[in-house]
Amino acid sequence: MSGLFSFHGGLKTVRHKTESNREAIRASVLPQRLTVPLRQHIGAIAKPLVQAGDRVLKGQMIGQPDGYISAAVHAPTSGVVKAVDQRPVPHPSGLPDWCVTIDSDGEERWIAREPVDYRRLHPSALRNLLRNAGVVGLGGAAFPSAVKLNLSGHCERLETLILNGAECEPWITCDDRIMRERAAEIVAGLHVMVHLLEPREVLIGIEDDKPEAIAAMTAACAGTGYAVRAVPTRYPSGSVKQLVRLLTGKETPVDSLPVDVGVQCFNVATAYTVHRAVECGEPVISRIVTIAGHVNQPRNIESLLGAPFAGLVAQCGGYRDGVERLIMGGPMMGFALHSDEVPVTKATNCVLAAGAAELAPEQPVMPCIRCGACVEVCPADLLPQQLYWHARAKEFDKAQDYHLFSCIECGCCSYVCPSRIPLVQYYRYAKNEIWAQEKEKQKAELARQRHQARQERLEREKQEREAKLRQKAPPRAEPNAEKPSIETAVARAKAAPAPSLATAAGTGQQTD
Amino acid sequence: MFVAVIALGVLAGASGLLLGFAAVRFRVEGDPIVEKIDAILPQTQCGQCGFAGCRPYAEAIAAGEADINQCPPGGEGGIAALAELLGRDPKPLNPENGAEKPKMVAVIDEQNCIGCTLCIQACPVDAILGAAKHMHTVIARECTGCELCLAPCPVDCIQMVPVAQTIATWKWTYPVVDAKTGSPAEASVA
Repeated sequence: MSGLFSFHGGLKTVRHKTESNREAIRASVLPQRLTVPLRQHIGAIAKPLVQAGDRVLKGQMIGQPDGYISAAVHAPTSGVVKAVDQRPVPHPSGLPDWCVTIDSDGEERWIAREPVDYRRLHPSALRNLLRNAGVVGLGGAAFPSAVKLNLSGHCERLETLILNGAECEPWITCDDRIMRERAAEIVAGLHVMVHLLEPREVLIGIEDDKPEAIAAMTAACAGTGYAVRAVPTRYPSGSVKQLVRLLTGKETPVDSLPVDVGVQCFNVATAYTVHRAVECGEPVISRIVTIAGHVNQPRNIESLLGAPFAGLVAQCGGYRDGVERLIMGGPMMGFALHSDEVPVTKATNCVLAAGAAELAPEQPVMPCIRCGACVEVCPADLLPQQLYWHARAKEFDKAQDYHLFSCIECGCCSYVCPSRIPLVQYYRYAKNEIWAQEKEKQKAELARQRHQARQERLEREKQEREAKLRQKAPPRAEPNAEKPSIETAVARAKAAPAPSLATAAGTGQQTD
Repeated sequence: MFVAVIALGVLAGASGLLLGFAAVRFRVEGDPIVEKIDAILPQTQCGQCGFAGCRPYAEAIAAGEADINQCPPGGEGGIAALAELLGRDPKPLNPENGAEKPKMVAVIDEQNCIGCTLCIQACPVDAILGAAKHMHTVIARECTGCELCLAPCPVDCIQMVPVAQTIATWKWTYPVVDAKTGSPAEASVA
């Protein structure tokens, strides 16, 4: 399959790639204190393995994966655990989450790093190794890679394995730089993935505005049979379903994953960490972050996870005047941060210090004029204005009828809306409400079951008590046994004087 | 004509058999409307509606003995859902039954608990753990916030606290548009 396909909609956005992609990746300076969040991935939060006062080595596991969809978290440097508590993390809510705070000792002492020969390892052992090395998707979603490297239940045989180097969001260049500088390691990681998934073909999709990266990857892939494909620069070509469509022509059905149609997709930086985990024995403790926007020297930095954003910005010469907002991720899909003291996580691909020029000017929201511009750009083939009406009216059932959950929140519709309606905000709101209602329903169902179980237990206990009472006083409780005693009592009463007559009458009343 | 009569007769007979079979095979046990009402109710089991739990209230609504606006934990949303299910007009919550409150969870001050088990007996969902003359505690995950444990406590050591918001329960808010300028307000500020 050599031709390229296309997806519906999308945008030509401003690029702003050259500001940060000219310089080589720099290592970050070692911060004094690292705050490592235990939830850096999609799925269950990692279970802390350390407590305040513990000494940890660089690469030591400090958070254990908890459940199938989860990933491990490691100490990014050697030092002493200061606290395991709730700290601010990069999240749109600004709420704190569980973190392990480590004071670095400056020695950078590693754990024993043991490279393994993945060809000799059983696939499930290899997946477990990656899970314990904390390998997650580094494109921004941070989904545990070990789960995606298991095909069971999805498809018999994988048709295509895609490596995603599209990097379609403006400003971000971390994947561009890693492909230029570490192509051989990325391909080495790709070998491990190919070994696990055994795909029929391997495609590497890179947007055509990165000729150096394409050249580097093509050179590294020489003789491997992996094909590098330049895809047109059109946002959001780096979104999974859109890239799958571009490279294979396959449409991913509603409510299913690309793997259901025989395609699996990983980010280039994820392949790099797979290589480090397997062939160097190093877990994921750092990632490459683009620092862009209103900073003096925009560039890419290989930052330890848990390092505060402020330190990275300082390494880029500090802020320039006119910073209005700090955004994690790109300007299209990123979110505003509440502080620059929050730590880098596995999902941090970019820190954008946005000034007035990068932010959409604050203009009044006007009513929807049904121009249909949003429909034309929607890469998921949805009807954004219908979704908007229903989300705005809180008619969540109807929004779901229009496939609300197929929305990838790429922001194309909001970008082109002439009335400047914050469309994606409405979709996020509706999705969150639906999830919350679902959770509430589950909780109500649990309460109903527990209430019913209690009612049944109370009823059973009542019956047991009655049975016990009957057992304790068998002659009184059994009406049949009582009858002769009444008759004898009456007979006795006839013969005897008054006092025993009274007792007989009492007995008779009780049995009634 | 003869053929038509036979054909129609056979058709009618076959349909009758089919319907008869369906009536036996797919028989509905109980009153499905009670189940549907019960599914809408929040299962707090608090008794604020005047009935001994959510199911008795559901039965009363189905029988026409209770109105649909007597459930404070269900709130406006619950009333709207009931109104839609039953084809009635939604109405405001009856203030006699109480007011809609944010989600709460009971917390026992364990220092002051004397281990009397009265709250354990009052809890409709068995969410309180403990034994006679031993400290009790609330299983927060199972607590429905019904407040039924407050009254029986002889030392008033149970408090209702609002359920704290965490990253896992945080939601994007409804986009707020500034009425004066018409510009979208910050979701976090709103």
